[in-house]
Amino acid sequence: MKQIDSSTLNQWYVIQSCADLTQTRPRYTRLLGSNILAERLDDGSVSAGLLSTTGEQVRQLPVRECYDYVWTTLGEPDGDVFSMPEFYEEGRRMIVCGIASVQTSPGRIIENFLDMSHFPFVHIDVLGAEPETEVNNYKVNLRKDVNELWATECGFYQPKAMASATEGIEVDYQYRVANPFAAILYKTCPDRDDAMDLVGILPQPLDETNCDIHYFMLVFDDVNTDQELIQFQQGILMQDRIILENQRPRELPLERGAEITIRADAASIQYRRWIKDLGIGFGTL
Amino acid sequence: MIKLYDYILSGSCYKVRLLLNILNVEYEAVPVDFYPGLEHKKPDFLALNPLGQLPVLTDNDLILRDAQSILLYLASKYDSQRTWFPGDPATRGQVAMWTAFGGGEIMAASAARLHDVLNYPFDVDQQRKSAHAAFLILDDHIAEQEIKGFDWLAGTSPTIADIACFPYVSLSEDGGISREEYPAIERWLRRVMDIPGFIDMPGILQHWRP
Repeated sequence: MKQIDSSTLNQWYVIQSCADLTQTRPRYTRLLGSNILAERLDDGSVSAGLLSTTGEQVRQLPVRECYDYVWTTLGEPDGDVFSMPEFYEEGRRMIVCGIASVQTSPGRIIENFLDMSHFPFVHIDVLGAEPETEVNNYKVNLRKDVNELWATECGFYQPKAMASATEGIEVDYQYRVANPFAAILYKTCPDRDDAMDLVGILPQPLDETNCDIHYFMLVFDDVNTDQELIQFQQGILMQDRIILENQRPRELPLERGAEITIRADAASIQYRRWIKDLGIGFGTL
Repeated sequence: MIKLYDYILSGSCYKVRLLLNILNVEYEAVPVDFYPGLEHKKPDFLALNPLGQLPVLTDNDLILRDAQSILLYLASKYDSQRTWFPGDPATRGQVAMWTAFGGGEIMAASAARLHDVLNYPFDVDQQRKSAHAAFLILDDHIAEQEIKGFDWLAGTSPTIADIACFPYVSLSEDGGISREEYPAIERWLRRVMDIPGFIDMPGILQHWRP
C-alpha cells in the first residue's frame, strides 16, 4: 500500500460511539488500513491499540472521548478534536445514529454530503422534489484561521427537511468541513426560529475505499422520539449509499478536469482544492 | 387501529407497509430502534414477539409476528376484491409457496445486506451464493410465467407472493448481489413498481417514468 500522507495521519478519527464501547463489547476495527482494538477498561477509561497483522499490540494510541464518541489517531494531531460548542447547549438532543458501512473513499463521502443538487433526485419528496431543483448561488470560503471549509447561504426547498417538519419549507443550510474527513450540516430548525439543527458525518476510513460512517444529529426537537429521528436519518443515508457505491473511481479525483463541474459544485471544487493543498493522497487520485 | 412495529431499513417491515399502502389501510407506525439501539431484543419488545424480530403487527387484540403471516392476514381481512390472496385452491397453494420463498430462500439476500450495511457477522460469501441460487430459481420461474402469458409469481394478477419476494430482491445490491444475470427478475421488479399504491423504501432505485 502507498505511504499515508501526514495530513491524513494527523487527524482525529471516530472509531466507535461511547455508548457502544462497553467492557463486554470491545471494537476490533481498521483505521487507514491498520488493525486496531478499542476497549473499555475496568475503570471506565478507553484504551486503543495499534495491532500487528498477527494481532499483537504494537503501540498504544491516543484516545479522546468527546461528543459521545471515541476518537483516536495514528499520527500527531496539531490540536484536539474540533470544537462543537452546540453539543453543550441546553435543550439540544444528541442522537447517535449508528454506523453505516460504505464501499468508497472518505473524500467521496464528504463531497456527496456537501452536494445539494442531488436532493430532488435521490431524496425524493424528503430533502428535495422536482421541479424545485435549483441550487442557489451559495458562498464557499476557506477559513484560514481555523483551517475549515464553510459553505454558507445555501437555500433549498425541502418537502420534509427534518423528522419534525410537517410541511415543505425553504431551508437555510450551512456546511462546515471541520477537518478533511469530518463534516457538519447546520440547517433551519423546524421547531425554533432562532436555532439551527446539526447533522454530522464522521467517516472512519478503514482503508482508501472502505469507510464506516458514524453519523449523528444534534437537534432541538420536542416532538419526535429518538427512534423516529434515527430512522429518518438512516433512511437518508441509505439513499446516499447507493449513489456513493456506484461512483467510479471510488477514490476522489483531485486533478482539475477529471470530472465536469458546474456552479452548483462550488463546494466540491473548493473541497477538492483544499485537500489537495493539504497534501491528502489517501483515498484520492 | 392497526399498529405496525416498524424499522425503516427493514425489507420485512417494508413489505407490510407496501401492502398496507396498496390496500389503502390506515395504520400507525411505531418506530423501533433496531439499530443501533437493538430495541427489538429488549423486554418491552420481547413481550410482543419473543423471537425478537421485526415486524410485529397488532390489530386490536390480535398480535402477529412474521411478515408473511401478516401479509396473509391483511389480504384476507382488508382486500375486499380477494385478489391478493385468491380463493381458488390451486392458485392459493402457489401463492403460499412463493410467499414462503420470500420469507425463506430470498432471506439470504437480506443476510448479505445486513453484513455489508450494518456489519453483521455473517459468512457473506455463503449468503451471496445462496441468494444467487434463489434468484436463479426465481428468474426461471418468472420467465416461465411470462411464456404462459402471466406477469406475476402466482396466478393472473399481483398477489402477496409478489409483495413477499419484492423487497430483498430489489435491495440485493446493498448486499453486493448484482442482478445483471436475471433479466426476467428485472422486468418483474418494474411491474411491481407500477402497481397502483406502490411505495419505495431507502435503497430501492425506482425506474424512470416518462
